[in-house]
Amino acid sequence: MSTTVQSLEREWSRFTPAERLGRYFTYLIVVAAVLWALETVEIIPEFLADAPAQMVDLFQRMWPIDWSHYYQTDGMGVHHALVETIHIATLGTILAVVMAVPVGLMAARNVTPFWPANFLAKLILAASRSVNSLVWALLFVAIFGPGPLAGTFAIAFRSIGFVGKLLGEALEEAKSGTIEALQATGAPWLSVLKMGYWPQVRPAFWSIAVFRWDINVRESAVLGLVGAGGIGMIIDTSLNTFRWDRVAMALIAILVVVIAAEVLVTFVRKRIL
Amino acid sequence: MSVMAVPDSAVKKSPKSAAVVIQDLVVAYQPGKPVLKGISLEIEDSSVTAIIGPSGTGKSTLIRSINRLVTPTSGSILFDGQDLAKLKGAELRVARRKIGMVFQEYNLVERLSVVENVLTGRLGVTPVWRVWLRKFPQEDIARAFDLLAQVGLEGYARQRADALSGGQRQRVGIARALMQEPRLLLADEPTSSLDPKTSVEIMELMTGLARARLVPLIVNMHQVDLARRFADRIIGMAGGKIIFDGPPDALTTAHLQQIYGGEGWLT
Amino acid sequence: MADVSAASQPRDAKAAGLTMSWTARIGWLLLVAYVLYAASLLDFSVERFVVGLDNAADLLARMFPPLFSRADLRDLMFRGLMESLQIAVLSSAFGIILSLPVGVLAARNLMPAWVTWPARGFIMLCRSFHPIIVAILFVKGVGFGALAGILALIVASIGFIAKLFAEAIEEISLKQVEAVRASGANFMNVLIFAVLPQVNARFIGFATYQLDSNLRNSTMVGIVGGGGIGGTLLSAFGRFDYDYVCAILIAIIAMIMVGELISQRLRALFL
Repeated sequence: MSTTVQSLEREWSRFTPAERLGRYFTYLIVVAAVLWALETVEIIPEFLADAPAQMVDLFQRMWPIDWSHYYQTDGMGVHHALVETIHIATLGTILAVVMAVPVGLMAARNVTPFWPANFLAKLILAASRSVNSLVWALLFVAIFGPGPLAGTFAIAFRSIGFVGKLLGEALEEAKSGTIEALQATGAPWLSVLKMGYWPQVRPAFWSIAVFRWDINVRESAVLGLVGAGGIGMIIDTSLNTFRWDRVAMALIAILVVVIAAEVLVTFVRKRIL
Repeated sequence: MSVMAVPDSAVKKSPKSAAVVIQDLVVAYQPGKPVLKGISLEIEDSSVTAIIGPSGTGKSTLIRSINRLVTPTSGSILFDGQDLAKLKGAELRVARRKIGMVFQEYNLVERLSVVENVLTGRLGVTPVWRVWLRKFPQEDIARAFDLLAQVGLEGYARQRADALSGGQRQRVGIARALMQEPRLLLADEPTSSLDPKTSVEIMELMTGLARARLVPLIVNMHQVDLARRFADRIIGMAGGKIIFDGPPDALTTAHLQQIYGGEGWLT
Repeated sequence: MADVSAASQPRDAKAAGLTMSWTARIGWLLLVAYVLYAASLLDFSVERFVVGLDNAADLLARMFPPLFSRADLRDLMFRGLMESLQIAVLSSAFGIILSLPVGVLAARNLMPAWVTWPARGFIMLCRSFHPIIVAILFVKGVGFGALAGILALIVASIGFIAKLFAEAIEEISLKQVEAVRASGANFMNVLIFAVLPQVNARFIGFATYQLDSNLRNSTMVGIVGGGGIGGTLLSAFGRFDYDYVCAILIAIIAMIMVGELISQRLRALFL
């Protein structure tokens, strides 16, 4: 008896044979995938040879940066579009949170102990996350026409999945004993939600919302490329007219806003947690 | 009316007036494997009843089926003219308001203040809009402060619950249960997470407050000495059945052996 | 009962901290005011919304049934998807490899400040722009096609993986590093025997997450000419071929979900 135990211990290794086989198999697949992609991807050699010259040309065209394009009195400048971008990101986030709360509640198995509802909620969340915000933007441009309304809805619909999923997970982590104690007082469901679940998920909730806003600031900057408003529109027009000096102006504006948003979010999340 | 339905089993005979009458209660979490195998029991008005027994014997399940945190498989629990075992939805919530509960792990909302935790005892009767706007009635707030003083926590009202020690948290738990103005008080292993000295203090406080209010208290615990010291009546359970029911003096070593099995642990 | 204490302690709602605080009230009020202001600024109106609902119904009607039946379009779609997959695979492979040194250089507990600052600046720059914007620049630099998309997603991968990798390295226990260093190991050995084993699992987590992310974005870089299915999708939108759009979207979502499933398995296998 003791000898078998000993021999088993001696034969111990980090992974079971099946696991090791799985790992080798995975390495093989990864290498094969990379080789396949390298072999088949279409790269035009002339373009590649020309690349350094084109890159130099790109920076030469960007310089000097058209600073004057930042503010134009006709409202067609970078400033106006930048403000619009921030509004799209913020409104979109607020709209997303409003829509994600019921879905998140429905997705949490402890809040909604009814599996068809959980399944439906998870389906909605997965659908929202699987469609890129640019695709949402294309769809909403088709619905609302070009402009920030489409952009706001695109941001909102893309964010439901993110916010709802994380919110649902936070709700599922709420202490069940506390909830049970409130239910034992005969509290109605909505009161248990407010006094039991809400205090427990509040930090997570604000943290998720602020985190998503940060992502949305970045995302809303490109929506204009498909006509959904914001600073992407400036980039699009400047590209079409080969005004790279204006593109550079827009890029710098985005850079500043994105960094400022990240600093703000880091500060706010520290206060929350 | 409920008195008429008393079964003439080995359970206590002809109580003055019964607050709770449990008949043939069976609870099975998995079909065919009952945790409670037909419990019949009467709880008198204004009495302290301790349920003792080894872990996993169904003490907790018994207490939890009374306020229906656990759904009984069969049997009835008569309380205040209703069969609790059959209640659902709004009716169940109304019934639960009359039953206060103290938990082993305190189960406070840790991120809320102490006084808010006490006020959660009123959630069953406070309109939802008041809860959402945090506008609790002034008389409720005053009562919450009174109760905090009675459990020895004056001055702690605005502290967050997670800043308190275990004993202090359990005092908040007791205040929350009393805030319901319950007609029955349940306590599920209220001292198991506390040190011996604090356990005695908590038991003293809880039984004192229950007796002063003439509210029957059912407490389950595994410390036999505490049960002996504070209860009027001890119910010993083993294997999902009641095997002892009587006053503390009647509880002999032989009974304890029967309840807990073996005798090595006694010495 | 508790008269003595009652005198010493205020016991109304405000004193108990029970009323909603003024900052919270003002906060909610500001939020509502902002929503109304921003919505009017962006020209939202009920009217546009109602018209939009009509359009949405129309759009949905034209999307279904999705067009899978035409062989030429199906081929086009398949080629686009394959190119997206190639972009995702290559950008992830190179992105992961390049993130390792960049992440090490950015770790403040291993490197002096004059190394970490440029490295951190570089990561910041990679992170700040959406991959689509980076793709625009590369399309200008290396021309239309998959290469621009690959380069753009390599930049995005470095921005994500290197940042988190550096943070993970900064959280390691330095005791093990000291122990290996004490044995006279050179920097590379310290890295391989003391640093990497501590962050290995998290690195795999970041890498598989980025693989998912690259797969998603590889279907989009085509919108600005970076190769993959995105270009096909955009032109289908432009021609109002919504049934074909729907088919492409279904294919993209299916590919992303399969990809997620695979990377979940990978994580389970290696963690």
